[in-house]
Amino acid sequence: MCLGIPGEIIEIWEEGGLPTGRVRFGGILREVCLAYVPEARPGDYVIVHAGFAISKVDEEEARATLAALGEMRDEIPG
Amino acid sequence: MPLLGKCGMKYLDEYRDGEKVKAQLRALRRQISRPWRVMEVCGGQTHNLLKSGLEGLLPKEINLVHGPGCPVCVTPVELIDKAIDLARRQEVILCSFGDMLRVPGSKGDLLSAKAEGGDVRIVYSPLDAVKTAEANPTRKVVFFAIGFETTAPMTAMAALQAKRKGIGNFSLLAAHMLVPPALGAILSSPDCQIQGFLAPGHVCTVSGYEEYEKIAERWRVPIVITGFEPLDLAQGLYLLVSQLEEGTWRVENQYRRSVARQGNLAAKALMAEVFQVCDRKWRGIGLIPESGYCLRQEYAELDAEKVFRLEEMPAAEPTECIAGLVLQGRKKPPECPAFSRQCTPQHPLGAPMVSSEGACAAYYRYRNFP
Repeated sequence: MCLGIPGEIIEIWEEGGLPTGRVRFGGILREVCLAYVPEARPGDYVIVHAGFAISKVDEEEARATLAALGEMRDEIPG
Repeated sequence: MPLLGKCGMKYLDEYRDGEKVKAQLRALRRQISRPWRVMEVCGGQTHNLLKSGLEGLLPKEINLVHGPGCPVCVTPVELIDKAIDLARRQEVILCSFGDMLRVPGSKGDLLSAKAEGGDVRIVYSPLDAVKTAEANPTRKVVFFAIGFETTAPMTAMAALQAKRKGIGNFSLLAAHMLVPPALGAILSSPDCQIQGFLAPGHVCTVSGYEEYEKIAERWRVPIVITGFEPLDLAQGLYLLVSQLEEGTWRVENQYRRSVARQGNLAAKALMAEVFQVCDRKWRGIGLIPESGYCLRQEYAELDAEKVFRLEEMPAAEPTECIAGLVLQGRKKPPECPAFSRQCTPQHPLGAPMVSSEGACAAYYRYRNFP
């Protein structure tokens, strides 16, 4: 139920008084209500739940999560 | 080897990298010195832990218990009965999320009401239900508004749109529920053995985590807001175990790429305008004070319970099903005598066997029970 999928905003327009965007999830495009991410712009990634973006993905934090936690830095091969 | 499989999507694939997950698990293993009993609250996390095989790779000291975070599992039978009652009325179009259709009420489910001629329609977004009302002005459209904090903003926007546009044939059967009071109820139970929580990342994306700080402080229990991919879950457990081993009880945020401490302010503002906090019964658990959202007086004209003058009827639940204990983390699905015998996804006795997020369905699908 609380599934949220990250997708990239391709374009933004207004529909019925609400900011709406076309968002790409892999090969699929969907219309998404952007009313709850007023700061989002085309090219941004948003997390989408039930037809609404609930957050703009923070790129820096996303990268930080991929980096080491604990003593991992020396352990990841390559 | 990626866990959960590659899907070609940014912000998903990177967090499924098998080598990174394994390295994180090694760090976790070095950290852990004794057994810990921890709960992942969200059913989406339960599902991914089992589907990815991550649960089987965890150090044996970690006893993961599965929480109540499956909205269709905890929606009270009384409200499902009301939805079925509405769906059977000639003038009504009942709009619902697809997960809800096979969840048993006292007698039958929404799918059987549909098979008997009820107009039940699956929607992806609550705004689709508003559009259905606009397109069918001679019918009465009711949206069955279930879900946690993650989903409540979508219902709030549907209510606002219906009010703004003056759509007179739209109403809501409000069944929203709030996660922190349920954690409080679990922790208040005298035989509670949960020592730490992985808190639900998408609920907290909307609500933020100030409420969770109060819980951590009051019950001296560490909480880590956690995402849903295998690397997120492994990191969440690493942070949680680190706190348990140190004897601390802070709220930490593993899912920072989506969650801010204050949550989504725009969504919270609209929820506060449309909803007020009310007591809510949780299926299998019982009444939890201040654990639900009901429509404010200003939105009473959209309240299906008032519009259709729905009456309170006693609800019936199958007695052999132990869903309530499973949802509180007190039993695991295979401990239920009906599990995989009388109760299967094809013939579910309880809601956790129906939903893709229910713990019983996850065990049934991913753990190869007979």
